Amino acid sequence: MPQVTLTVNGKTASVEVEGRTLLVEVLRDKLGLTGTHVGCDTSQCGACVVHVDGKAVKSCTMLALQANGSSVTTIEGLAAADGTLHPMQEAFRENHALQCGFCTPGMVMSAIDIVTTHPQGLTEAEIRHLLEGNLCRCTGYHNIVKAVAAAWPVMHGKEAVAAE
Amino acid sequence: MYDFAYHKPSSVADAVALLGDSEAKALAGGQTFIPVLKQRLNKPSAVVDLSGLGLSGITVTATTVTIGATTTHITVANSAEVKKAIPGLANLASWIGDVAVRYRGTIGGSLANNDPTACYPSAALALGATIKTNTREIAADDFFQGMFTTALEPGEIIVSVSFPIPQASAYEKFRNPASRYAMVGVFVAKTASGVRVAVTGASQGGVFRHTAFETALSANFSAGALDGIATPADGLNSDIHGSAAYRAHLVGVMAKRAVAAAA
Repeated sequence: MPQVTLTVNGKTASVEVEGRTLLVEVLRDKLGLTGTHVGCDTSQCGACVVHVDGKAVKSCTMLALQANGSSVTTIEGLAAADGTLHPMQEAFRENHALQCGFCTPGMVMSAIDIVTTHPQGLTEAEIRHLLEGNLCRCTGYHNIVKAVAAAWPVMHGKEAVAAE
Repeated sequence: MYDFAYHKPSSVADAVALLGDSEAKALAGGQTFIPVLKQRLNKPSAVVDLSGLGLSGITVTATTVTIGATTTHITVANSAEVKKAIPGLANLASWIGDVAVRYRGTIGGSLANNDPTACYPSAALALGATIKTNTREIAADDFFQGMFTTALEPGEIIVSVSFPIPQASAYEKFRNPASRYAMVGVFVAKTASGVRVAVTGASQGGVFRHTAFETALSANFSAGALDGIATPADGLNSDIHGSAAYRAHLVGVMAKRAVAAAA
C-alpha cells in the first residue's frame, strides 16, 4: 500500500493509505486527531477545514496522497503547550461564537486564514463573504463574525478596540 | 469511494502516458472531481494528479494574459497583474465557491470539466481565449461542446489558457444560495472588434454566447442598450431553484449589472 508522510502539528507522521484515502481519514482514523470534523461529506460545510502548508483547505476534499510531504495544522495544533489558547480560539470563547461546537474547528481554521491573509484589515461584510464556506446551524453567524473581528487586532499585534 | 491507483507524474509526457489507460482520470484541484468520486459517480482505475507538472503560473504581456492550467483560483484572484489587465477575470476568480475551494481549484480543471454552472467557461468564451493542450491550441468558440463536454480528446491535457486583454470586462452571477454555484453568470468583454457576452449556469447545453446582447452592446455599450431584448427561455435549466423563465430574466439582469460594472 502507498505510504504518506506528513508533518502534523509539528510532528512527522508516516502512515499506509489507499489511493482513495482522504486527508481527513488519515487525521481522524489513523492519527486520532478527531477535532477535525466531517459534517456534510459533500464538500459544502467546511467543518473539516485544516491548514495544509498554511492554506485553509477542506480535508474531506483532498486525497491523503495529495498532501504527501505537506505540513498540516489541525485545531489540536493551535493552543500553546501550556494550554494558552490561540487568539482566535480565545476570541470565539469571549464572544460566545459557538453553541453545539460541531462547526467550530473548521470555523476557527478558516477564520485564522482569513485574518492572516488580510493584514490591511477586514470589514464585517468581508468577514461574512470569506466565511461562506463554513456552515453553522446554531449561531446565526453573528457572534462568529464578531469573534473574527475581535481576533484581528490581537493576531496583528494591534491594540484591540474596546467592544461596545 | 472506490479505490484506485494514484499517480503523480512530474512531466506532461508521463501524465499523457498514464492517461493512455482509458479507465484513468486526470486530477487537478479535485474540488469537483473528489466529490464526484465520493458519490461513486465515477470509478477510475487510476487517478493521475497533474499538480507536479509545473503548469502553474501567470504571464502577462501587452496583449495577453496566459494562465497555467494548474493555477489556483486564489492565485488568479489575488494577482495584481491580472487585476490590472483583465479585472473581470480576477473578479470572477475571487468568488468561485469559497475560500477553501479557491485554494485548491484550478482554471484547467474548471475548463476541462465544463460544468454547466462553472464560472470560468464564461470568461474563456467571452474573452475569446485560446486553450493550449499538450498537442494543439483550441479556440474557446470550438472548445465548449455542451454540458460536461469539450473538444479535448481522451488523454489530452490542458497546459495553459491565453486571454486577449479586452478594453473592459466584468462578470456578474446570481448564485445558488446554498451551494454558491452560478445559477446564472454573465461575462461581458468589450474589445476593439466588438462586444462578446457569454452566459453560464443558465443553459442545459452549458456556456453560450448571447448574440442579441452582443449586437446591441457593440452599438451602444451601456446597460440601457439591453432594454427590451428578451432572452428565450427555450433550453434553459428549470429546477427547484428557478424556472427557465426566471433564469431567462436573470440573464438580462446579470448582463446589465456586468455592463454597468465594466463601463
